[in-house]
Amino acid sequence: MTGWGKSRGAITDGLSQPVGPAPRPPRPLRRHRRGDGRVALIFIAPILVGFAVFYLYPTVRGLWWSFTDFSLIGQANFVGLDNYAAALRDFEFWNSMRVTLCYVILNVGSQTVLALLLATLMHRLTRSVILRTTLLLPWLVPNVTVGLVWLWLLDADLGFVNRLLGSMDLGPVGFFTNPSLGIMTVSLVNTWAYTGYNALLLYAGMLQIPPDLYESAAIDGAGEWKLFSRITLPLLRPVLALVLVVSLIGSFQIFDTVAVTTKGGPVNATRVIYYYIYQQAFTYFHLGYAATMAILLVLVLGVLTFVQLRLLRASESQLA
Amino acid sequence: MEVAMPTTSTPTTARGRRARRRPSWGRVVGWVALVVALLVTLFPFYWMVRSALTPNADVVGDAGRLWPSHPTIINFARVLGLVSTAEAQAAGGSGASIQFGLYLWNSVCYCALIGFCQTLCCTMGGYAFARLSFRGRGLIFNILVAALMVPGIFTLLPNFVLVRDLGLLGTIWGMVAPSLLMTPFALFFMRQFFLPIPRDVEEAAMLDGAGQFTIFWRVVLPMARGPLITIGLITLVWAWKDFLWPLLIGRDETTRTVTVALGVYLQQSPNRQPDWTGLMAASTVSVVPVVILLAFLGRRIVESINFTGIK
Repeated sequence: MTGWGKSRGAITDGLSQPVGPAPRPPRPLRRHRRGDGRVALIFIAPILVGFAVFYLYPTVRGLWWSFTDFSLIGQANFVGLDNYAAALRDFEFWNSMRVTLCYVILNVGSQTVLALLLATLMHRLTRSVILRTTLLLPWLVPNVTVGLVWLWLLDADLGFVNRLLGSMDLGPVGFFTNPSLGIMTVSLVNTWAYTGYNALLLYAGMLQIPPDLYESAAIDGAGEWKLFSRITLPLLRPVLALVLVVSLIGSFQIFDTVAVTTKGGPVNATRVIYYYIYQQAFTYFHLGYAATMAILLVLVLGVLTFVQLRLLRASESQLA
Repeated sequence: MEVAMPTTSTPTTARGRRARRRPSWGRVVGWVALVVALLVTLFPFYWMVRSALTPNADVVGDAGRLWPSHPTIINFARVLGLVSTAEAQAAGGSGASIQFGLYLWNSVCYCALIGFCQTLCCTMGGYAFARLSFRGRGLIFNILVAALMVPGIFTLLPNFVLVRDLGLLGTIWGMVAPSLLMTPFALFFMRQFFLPIPRDVEEAAMLDGAGQFTIFWRVVLPMARGPLITIGLITLVWAWKDFLWPLLIGRDETTRTVTVALGVYLQQSPNRQPDWTGLMAASTVSVVPVVILLAFLGRRIVESINFTGIK
């Protein structure tokens, strides 16, 4: 977060310097030699504007709100660290963090294992583009649609899955309505949506591994399991780590599926942190408090990313 | 680019290997697993279309059937707003206005605006950060890319208030504003593309007296066609899937996107049961553009995924 203080100055520098008339004589000379200053400003101006207005300004504003009692209407009064203290005491905040963590572990865990399996199968068996395209389909569909379709498939009365279970004399299962099943169902629905995408990423990583390695190992009599555990897995580690980082961060930001299928219920059993922040901001209009929780989430994600990138770098140096 | 090479060169070796090996149990089990994965992937889509073709009166009777006993397209007609309110209500609708044709158009505008402007701006920016020399280049770039770490919800709250204060709530401009000019990802991606490309061509053009803009439009853009399409496609897909932001900004019927409309539709259901047949017809409508995209650009998209995966 300390980076933001610096960034404010840097951006204004970048904007003001080439625009204003150069105060000192050496500058135009150098710019002339390189010939880029003015042109570069025109090239990056849209980006700087977009960044300043929709990334930098809201970051500063959000930070400020976290120290105020700002609600959507009216004045923001400075309240010091009250919001942070409130968040740490708020049972619902901790509950939503716990629910999110459950979701992340179930979702990232299952989807990474399945994606690894799928990628390995594709790598060893087929190069079919049609197969890969089909596996990618769920990723291209909006999460809202995914949520709706599975809400219908898993409906307690009329859903196909429960009809199937019913025909096997297994009572109807309230996949979304049973508090102890809700978050697992949401996790697995998103596993369905994202496994193919992750499998393609891992598959691309596997294509980078020199094929001769497999061939010479196969000549030496290595079985498929040996090929996987001795060649694929170790050489895939950087890509695997990258996929894990990306899906972990994405997974923490689950919102759409919950908003469509369970709305955080039953009895808050699926109220993930994104949904709780959303409710605090747009149902109760506690924008100051919502901003505080968003900052706490940023901190959690920052720590996780840092740890994971360290692991990633460690694995890369091992390979080099 | 690096990935494209193995994909084009490996089929021959794979075919050779396949010919040499006799089918073993392991391979059979592997293929069975792949087929199961395909079925699990496709079945929900099949069920969605099947349910969309089921008349509302048969929802209970047909619940366990793989094909509706009286297939109909009335559900599509009513979610697209092609039949009168009375007819729609007779077919199971709530009577509220549902015009997925309009929502589809809104989504297309939303995606096209973001896809085009963001890709153009980030290509220009990526080029500048990779190629042009100016003061503070490294520092500015690092700061811009640091924004990759900030989760969307953090900037979303102040951005909502900003758009509201600007009076842009319920307008397409308010909806596209935050992602119109840049996302850190697209900028980072384009810069990474420009970095390793040899400068010879540009330098030759410069010797011919071409200015930076001419070089960019005539030399650089054509060269960057591949990654441009890649980042454009990814931006399109993301925009197509967007839900929370359009939900907050574009609530009015005139700016509602398909995803938001689906959420609203689910809540409109007056009875205990949601209007499942209509919802599945509407879901199908939200999937059709994606399937068209895949049918025409499937290979391209699949290769884009590979490309972004390898940084």
